[in-house]
Amino acid sequence: MDIHEYQAKKILSDFGVKIPRGGIVYSPENAENKAREIGGSKWVVKAQIHSGARGKAGGIIICNTPLEVAQATDKLLGKKLVTNQTGPEGKIINRIYIEEATDIDKELYLGLVFDRNSESIMVVASTEGGMGVEEISRKKPETIIRSKIEVAVGMQAFQARELAFGLGIETDLIRMASETIINCYKVFSELDATMVEINPLVISKQKEILALDCKMSFDNNAMFRLSEISELRDKSQEDPKEIYASDRGLNYVSLDGNIGNIINGAGLAMASMDMIKLAGGRPANFLDVGGGATPEKIVKAFKLITMDEKVEVILVNIFAGINRCDWVAEGIIQALKKIKIKVPLVIRLAGTNVEKGNKILKESKLNYIEAYTLEDAANKAVNAIKKK
Amino acid sequence: MAVLIDKNSKILIQGFTGKMGTFHAEEMIKYGSNVVGGVTPGKGGQKHLNKPVFNTVKDAVKSTGADASILFVPPAFAADSAMEAADAGIKTCVAIVDGIPSHDMIRIKRYMKRYTKNTKMTLVGPNCAGIISPGKSMLGIMPGHIYKEGRVGIISRSGTLGYEAAQQLKNLNIGVSTSVGIGGDPINGSSFRDIIEKFEMDDETDVILMIGEIGGPQEVAAGEFVKENMKKPVIAYIAGLTAPKGKVMGHAGAIVSAYGESAIEKVEILKQCGITISKNPSVMGDTVKLVLDKI
Repeated sequence: MDIHEYQAKKILSDFGVKIPRGGIVYSPENAENKAREIGGSKWVVKAQIHSGARGKAGGIIICNTPLEVAQATDKLLGKKLVTNQTGPEGKIINRIYIEEATDIDKELYLGLVFDRNSESIMVVASTEGGMGVEEISRKKPETIIRSKIEVAVGMQAFQARELAFGLGIETDLIRMASETIINCYKVFSELDATMVEINPLVISKQKEILALDCKMSFDNNAMFRLSEISELRDKSQEDPKEIYASDRGLNYVSLDGNIGNIINGAGLAMASMDMIKLAGGRPANFLDVGGGATPEKIVKAFKLITMDEKVEVILVNIFAGINRCDWVAEGIIQALKKIKIKVPLVIRLAGTNVEKGNKILKESKLNYIEAYTLEDAANKAVNAIKKK
Repeated sequence: MAVLIDKNSKILIQGFTGKMGTFHAEEMIKYGSNVVGGVTPGKGGQKHLNKPVFNTVKDAVKSTGADASILFVPPAFAADSAMEAADAGIKTCVAIVDGIPSHDMIRIKRYMKRYTKNTKMTLVGPNCAGIISPGKSMLGIMPGHIYKEGRVGIISRSGTLGYEAAQQLKNLNIGVSTSVGIGGDPINGSSFRDIIEKFEMDDETDVILMIGEIGGPQEVAAGEFVKENMKKPVIAYIAGLTAPKGKVMGHAGAIVSAYGESAIEKVEILKQCGITISKNPSVMGDTVKLVLDKI
């Protein structure tokens, strides 16, 4: 789960990391007042959406008067911001963060992630803050320094110190920099984060170390013990179909093709999408109804797929393992009594009691195209579109 | 003996008396697995499915001599149960459960470092279908009847894609020595490399089919191991050609976040390691057959 910059900064601040003074606003009047309250002579107006690269997309505006702050807020609120990470549809700006401007001396990069190779937590740092980490590894890979943290004992002071010296931070600030790094590690390890990225982490001309921007993601599997974090979820930043799916225990990813998929198992779903592509088609979605493919889940899956107007054919591919194809077939028939579909339907069943399942489907009055293998199913789905 | 389990494996069900534990214990017993009992804290001394229930894994191991276990406990308690099994001397433990936090998985793996290679439990999963050595034993939730006895080793991150492969092989009259589902999470108990090494040493396995997907470094690590150390042929299929970057495709671990993690890149690297690639998921069986015919 992703959260907004201002929420991430609040967490950092609670863990002892310094951030510029700022506040969240929902209207231009609000923004003007907030700027006066913060004080100073320069402010940054920042669109709060779940995406990086907001600056390049026009989502971050520097202002010299409280009036300008109000105008910038007015310009951004309610708009959709399209960045190179949001996709062409962009993300809606419902919240604006107003922050005092910082006199920057140095911009650094600090990121924490799981390292799946060493199965430990990896801290990544670079002197080239402000750029994305991918850009840094492409353009200035020699500036990247890494430290692997042993989770049982946590991050040690020497590890933070090594990073701080590695970043070329001046001696007077080493202690402050080390503390900042350790505090970020604490956020990561205590809050079940999967990513904490501070970019840039800056050294100001006043010799302060501040988190100027921050992205955090948390482990969805750990939400049962992260009640405060789970309340930070902002559904306006998510695809409505993906929200509908996740609220109903379905794994769904919206894609740009026209072949809707209902499949059990994530691997089989990816494999079916591969077959669609090889057959010359384009999947409209990834949808895993779970290994069990219960009738309830199948009903929900059909509802979800029919919400997508791009879909011109629906492909159902179920490998019945511990459940049975006859049961899955009944589930499909019941689902289609409740939900009317207007596009061709291709069904491939496999596994336990496949003959029985196919017989039940055939004997029902269901209008569908029967398929036998993965390849056959993909070809028939692609052909069904061509015929229209 | 195939790998990890055979007919002598004595199996415990952790979370025995719950709905999932009960259902799958019955399925395993029907298949012929030697289920010797189960653990549900607080229900020790009772009988369930005609087998003894214990309060702790240690008690269970002491009275039954169990050497394998399977977890059907909720995600919040799964790490604790896996560590309990490791400490009680269980040799092979399968965690079926989907939804264990990654931080917990790291903790389990760190905990298990206290054991020497010979005393360390093999943890398989989480978020997996388990292990089956066809005709011998099933320590998992797969449909046993789709697996024919034979000499192909299967390792798969995905459950249903592993079934698909077993079915394709069976249709070609090819059987399986052991099939291991290592699970779809970012951090799992056993990697492709861990299991592939066991298959290399197994005298009942001739070839290995590895079913990978986008995300993570495991397929490539296994490929490098194959190139350096293996004599037996390896066939691989990697799912997710159409998966967009940065999106989680169902499995928590199926997300492309670095170079070498997309399906196309993995396929290229595995080819260079001398692994035969199954071009698409429909020809996994056919590709294994081609390789087998050449042996």
